Amino acid sequence: MSRYLLDKFLFTVDRDPALVERYREDPAGTVAWWEAEMANTILNCTPAEKSTWLEFTEDERRALREHDHVTLFEMGAHPFLTLTLFIAMFERDHGPLEYQKAYGKAMEHLTLPYPDIST
Amino acid sequence: MAELAAVIASTHHPFYYRASTATGADRPPFADEWVAKIERFRETLTRAEPDVLVMVGSDHFHQLWLDNMPQFLVGKAPFFDANWYNEEREFGLPRMTLRGEEDLAAHLLRDGLDRDFDLAFSNELRIDHSITCPIITLRPQADLPIVPVYTNIFAPPLPQPRRFVALGRAIREMVESWESDERVAVIGTGHLSLELGGPRQFGEHGPDPEFDRRAVEWIASGDIEGCLAEVSLESLHHPGNATHGFMDFMLMMGVAGEGAKADHVDTLDLFHTMEAYFTWYPDGVPA
Repeated sequence: MSRYLLDKFLFTVDRDPALVERYREDPAGTVAWWEAEMANTILNCTPAEKSTWLEFTEDERRALREHDHVTLFEMGAHPFLTLTLFIAMFERDHGPLEYQKAYGKAMEHLTLPYPDIST
Repeated sequence: MAELAAVIASTHHPFYYRASTATGADRPPFADEWVAKIERFRETLTRAEPDVLVMVGSDHFHQLWLDNMPQFLVGKAPFFDANWYNEEREFGLPRMTLRGEEDLAAHLLRDGLDRDFDLAFSNELRIDHSITCPIITLRPQADLPIVPVYTNIFAPPLPQPRRFVALGRAIREMVESWESDERVAVIGTGHLSLELGGPRQFGEHGPDPEFDRRAVEWIASGDIEGCLAEVSLESLHHPGNATHGFMDFMLMMGVAGEGAKADHVDTLDLFHTMEAYFTWYPDGVPA
C-alpha cells in the first residue's frame, strides 16, 4: 500500500488545469506518464534531487486508470483529494449536485470505521 | 497592551460567495436567508471596531503537503495572496491579497514557542478558503491586516483536541500581552459534522444533526470541559469523515474561555452541512 503516492498523484493532478483535463481524457496514459516522470519528484526540490523508491502497486494503478473513486476510498486515499479532483473532471457532465450525490451513493455499502487515511 | 475586541467562530462554507452573488435562476432558494444571517453576523465584527485580525483556519492541501506537514503554523509576511485555482474552479472564489501584521505574528511565534507550542512559520503563505471565507462573510472590504494561524485538522496524525483548546487559550493570553494599542479580533473557522468524499456526503442536512445540536450547545455555552469529555480524535470519525475540523471550533472555545457564553449565536440548516456563527465580546457588548 502506498497511500502517500496515491495522495501525491491526486494532489499534483488536481492543482494543474492541464493535468486535470489530461487525466479525464486519457487516464491510462496519464497514470503511466505520471508514475514514470512525476512519482519520484520531491515537490519542493529541483528536478535532479529525486527520490528513488516510489511506485504504485498494480491495484493502485488499476484504480487510478479506471477512475474508480470507490476503490480509492477503500484503499485509504484522502477523500478530500479524490472528491475535489473527481468533481473537477466529471461534475460538468451532470446537473447541479447530481454528480456529488451519485458519488456518495456509489459508496453506500461502506460502513464505519472507514479505511485509515493516515500516511 | 492590545485589546481583544472580539472572538468569532464560524463554519467556512465555500459555496457562500457564489450563492450570495448569484442572481435570477442561478440564485439558490436559501440564499436570501443565508445572506441575512451573514449580514447580522458581520455586524458583530463591525461593532467591535477591530484593527487587526488573527485568522485561524486550515490549509486544504494547497501549500502544505505531506512531505513537510506542520501541525500548527503562523504566517509572518507583509502580504498574503489568497485562494487557489481549484477554489476558483469549484467555488468561484476570487483571488485576493491581504496585508499581514508582522509584529503580532512575530510576537505569537516567540511567545508561543516559549509556552511550549512548537509553532512552524511561513514567510510566504498563500492562504485558502478556510481564511478567505470569513473575510468574505465578515469583512468583505478585506481592509485589515491579518495574522494567519493554520492548524492540521486534515492530514493524520493530528494533534489531540485538548491541544487545540490549549493553543486557543494561549492565543488569547498572547494577544492580550502584545505591546500595542491595536484592537484585535480573533476569528477561527471549522466545521460541525461534515462528510467529504464518503457515502454520507451531500445529504439533506449535515451527516449528524444530533452532533451538530450538541456542538452548538457546547460552543454557545462555553462548555469546554463537557466538550473535551465527549470529543476525541476517534469519536470525531462518527459524525462524518471531515468532522475533525470541529477542533478549530474547540480552539476558538479556548480563546473565548471556559464558561464564556457567546453574545451572538446563529445557525442555518443547509443541505450537506449546518452553518454556525458565534461571537463573544470579552469586554462586554459594544454600545
